Amino acid sequence: MAAERGEVKLIGGWASPFVARPRIALNLKGVAYEMFQETVGKKSELLLKSNPVYKKIPVLIHNGKPICESAIIVEYIDETWSSDGASILPSDPYDRAIARFWTVYVDDKIPDAIRKLRPLVKGSAVAEVEAEKLHAALQLLEEAFEKCSKGKSFFGGDNIGYLDIALGSQLAWIKAVEKIVEIKFLDKEKIPGLVAWSERFYAHEAVKEVMPEADRLVEFTRMLLSGSFAK
Amino acid sequence: MASEKGVMLLDFWVSPFGQRARIALAEKGVQYEYKEENLTEKSELLLKANPVHKKIPVLIHDGKPVCESLIIVEYINEVWSDKAPLMPSDPYQKAQARFWADFVDKKVYDCGSRLWKLKGEEQQAAKKEMIEILQLLEAQLGDKKYFGGDSFGFVDVAFVPFTSWFYSYETCANFSVEGVAPKIAQWAKRCMERESVAKTLYDPKKVYEFVCFLKKKFGVE
Repeated sequence: MAAERGEVKLIGGWASPFVARPRIALNLKGVAYEMFQETVGKKSELLLKSNPVYKKIPVLIHNGKPICESAIIVEYIDETWSSDGASILPSDPYDRAIARFWTVYVDDKIPDAIRKLRPLVKGSAVAEVEAEKLHAALQLLEEAFEKCSKGKSFFGGDNIGYLDIALGSQLAWIKAVEKIVEIKFLDKEKIPGLVAWSERFYAHEAVKEVMPEADRLVEFTRMLLSGSFAK
Repeated sequence: MASEKGVMLLDFWVSPFGQRARIALAEKGVQYEYKEENLTEKSELLLKANPVHKKIPVLIHDGKPVCESLIIVEYINEVWSDKAPLMPSDPYQKAQARFWADFVDKKVYDCGSRLWKLKGEEQQAAKKEMIEILQLLEAQLGDKKYFGGDSFGFVDVAFVPFTSWFYSYETCANFSVEGVAPKIAQWAKRCMERESVAKTLYDPKKVYEFVCFLKKKFGVE
């Protein structure tokens, strides 16, 4: 029998990889929610009221109570709907520490790399430098994948887990940046484990309709850089 | 690392991040071996235990390393779950605790560093920001005994090591924590009544000596 869900709202934006995280987690748990799309460049009253400290998306509002910060929201979803679907966090404390460690690493390296690369053009010297950093980070994550997956499909084993969501949500922008600077990051030769994993991740029921198209993100970048989203 | 049974902590005496781990271990009554690292000459063990960041603290439990101070505290709380719970059991309260510990992580150390590294207008801007941070945290604490309510919790562990830096912040930037956030000042005193905190934190004057050493090293007047 499905537990009493209560009222579940998510304040977010289609382009945000951080918003993708709770969306995927809610899908894994089979929890329906109402989406409130923020307009780029103009923050809603609801957002400002729900996240006064950072004024950022995503914010999950469950029965009127707001939860902020994407990784914290995913843990909340896992703990609140613990009897629905598979566990998102590993059950062993050491495995949990490892999943959390690599999630912090992803958040430290990937968004910054994307932010630095997306305004650049193919062949620029800065693009080469920033690309090296992203390659290096993905190489480390490839090794982490080998250790965490232990031969299974995902970082979380047979099921999508916390670290799959943390890194997987960044894939759309990694693909967009590949098109913008024309450098291949998801390279089968260099990171075969992660490339195969990324295909499985994208194909998953809970992920499919959440991830934006890379072309749409490239167009979004163009608009962002041309000042189309004036405040 | 050999699969040696037991708990080891690689740390640096004045690090507020290392102190989080020390306080959590003390609250839980866990016996462990403390290893002081020379950060200008990191040990083989540290480089092997934390190859990604090469930073302290690192907790090594039965040969397996755990890195990142807040992750270490959650790990300690989950493994030694039989006493002194540091997290509330309610998922919403837990999310709040994680949010505010993360806020301390994002804001306090960086802003504090700017207070002693910078001068003039830049230092004034950092001071304004630090006051805002302290007042936000004070609003969160309210009239509770601890951030965790009646029990000493995750946010308390995350923030309390920085209280021994208050004197340094006040002296460098010329303001008073008690003046701008009296409830935080009182909370800091209450925390010092706990053995785990009193035995871990250094005298604020000693921390200030260290800050002065850093200022000289970085060529700050």
